[in-house]
Amino acid sequence: MSIVDIPVEDAGALQAGRSEIRSEVFRQLLRSPTFVIGAIILIFWIICAIFGTSIAPHSPYAQNLEGINQAPSSAHWFGTDQLGRDMFSRVIVGSRDILIIAPLATLMGTVLGTIVGLVMGYFRGVVDDVLGRFVEAFLALPVVVTGIIALSTLGRSNLVIIVVIGLLFTPLIARTVRAAVLLERELDYVAAARLRGERAPYIMFVEILPNVFAPIMVEFTVRLAYAIFAVLTLTFLGLGVQPPSPDWALDISANYGVVPAGYWWEVLFDALAIATLVVSITLISDSVQGALEE
Amino acid sequence: MNMVRFILKRLGLALITLWILSVIVFLLGQVLPSDPGRSILGPLAAPSAVHALDHQLGVDKPILTQYWNWISNFPGTSYQYQAPIGPILGPALLRSLKLAIFALIILVPLGIVGGVVSALNAGKPIDRTISVVGQTMLTVPEFVSGIVLIVVFAVALGWLPVTATAPPGSGFFTQIKYLILPVIPLVMVLFGYIARMARVGTIEALQSDYARTATLKGLPRGVMIRRHVLRNSLLPTITVIATQTGYLIGGLVVVETLFRYQGVGLLTYNAATQHDIPMLEACVLTIGVVYMVVTLLADILFSLLNPRIRLRAAE
Repeated sequence: MSIVDIPVEDAGALQAGRSEIRSEVFRQLLRSPTFVIGAIILIFWIICAIFGTSIAPHSPYAQNLEGINQAPSSAHWFGTDQLGRDMFSRVIVGSRDILIIAPLATLMGTVLGTIVGLVMGYFRGVVDDVLGRFVEAFLALPVVVTGIIALSTLGRSNLVIIVVIGLLFTPLIARTVRAAVLLERELDYVAAARLRGERAPYIMFVEILPNVFAPIMVEFTVRLAYAIFAVLTLTFLGLGVQPPSPDWALDISANYGVVPAGYWWEVLFDALAIATLVVSITLISDSVQGALEE
Repeated sequence: MNMVRFILKRLGLALITLWILSVIVFLLGQVLPSDPGRSILGPLAAPSAVHALDHQLGVDKPILTQYWNWISNFPGTSYQYQAPIGPILGPALLRSLKLAIFALIILVPLGIVGGVVSALNAGKPIDRTISVVGQTMLTVPEFVSGIVLIVVFAVALGWLPVTATAPPGSGFFTQIKYLILPVIPLVMVLFGYIARMARVGTIEALQSDYARTATLKGLPRGVMIRRHVLRNSLLPTITVIATQTGYLIGGLVVVETLFRYQGVGLLTYNAATQHDIPMLEACVLTIGVVYMVVTLLADILFSLLNPRIRLRAAE
């Protein structure tokens, strides 16, 4: 029965090889300055998201109608908004909702997209063609437009945004996974599994999935940046996070009307906060991509 | 002959996709919670009047009849404006087109130059810089860069107007002046992608056999790049620019809202939030058609310029 023994040993060696590669990738990331800078900024915002209410000098919800639209001062570092709320506190706590919604939406899209992509790539044929046409028709609409329609239909809550963005990302991620699976399914280990009489789900999820993990990881980090983009944009349009939550995009949406009157601090610090967050994700995603593709 | 077959095949596929899209849009309109008769007549109207109007609008008919009525009367009448959609949608589409074309005129040369410069300096700091800057701008939402631009150039410096709509009857250059700020966020978001594609295409062409042959036969580098590399590397970029139309339209929704510009984006947004279903359906289908026509034209242009694709596709 030596024929049976060989693949088992091989599998063990492969397993060891895989975890070695993983720790090597991790070491490489820690040496990359872009990754470290991105991670530091992201960790800063995660800390703000978790402990924001204790760090912030004021309550982000506390209104003070006698001190509205005040310019930045020592009492209010980032000034106050149209309801007299402390902008500094709102910017600190403002990372909370986006850092919950965007990763969950991306995770959902990645899981569903991986399943659909595995099925499309593995079975090909009619399933692939039909799903492909629908993906095509779906992609003719910008994510923002589909998001607007879905959210104005289904109502506005954080759960709905997560589901809508997750579903919108599913075909995009499926396309990437499908392309990777098409390459894998022709390899010998898939043929071997088929000859052993394994069922299709086993081959897809146990044999092929671990080998397409790297492109899925890259896709996840790239999509996370887009999820942040989409959630913030929909919130800016009034369809995402709802008031009075402290949220960067929501604050910009509520206050950009008074910018021409000179109250720039009510939007500028939120805009800068968004910029630092998306830059940190981009730096991380860029270095993960570099490390995994080497 | 092959060319005609390729175009026909591509056109057929586009028509099928368009039909699927029209069904999706129509079904969305059915799912949307709306009560057309009630929303037109108002909350105080008698139920019998609402019923009569529903009947007149045909929203109580079977779903296939409704689909046929919708398609044959496209684009139909807006609930919100109580007027035919065509005369509202047409000018809005033109305004959006003006904004989009202005953005593309700046974006395309800038993206291509960025990508080619990156490729020619692959691995050097300037390549890294262009790639990281492009990548970063790609993920900054349009309203964020837009609001920073407004704060700096419109409010603090007072150089440019806060809104995008020029007073009626203004000349060409005044209109351009009003469109400068709205265009920049659109250019920023798409620059990184186009530059990356142009970079990949150029590097591929630089490493190709024909480029090596040209170098080996003693062609000066400048001539080699111009005659052999750029011509081949810019082909894929054309298709890429076309596929970005979708993102560009998504960006228009945001930019038109931020700068209060009456284009298709703002119209779609208002229709969705006001539950003006016929207007929403018309806008969404129009956006889909624009996207498909642009990608179709890009595919045909691409194959006209590149015989290899043309022959492979026709087989």
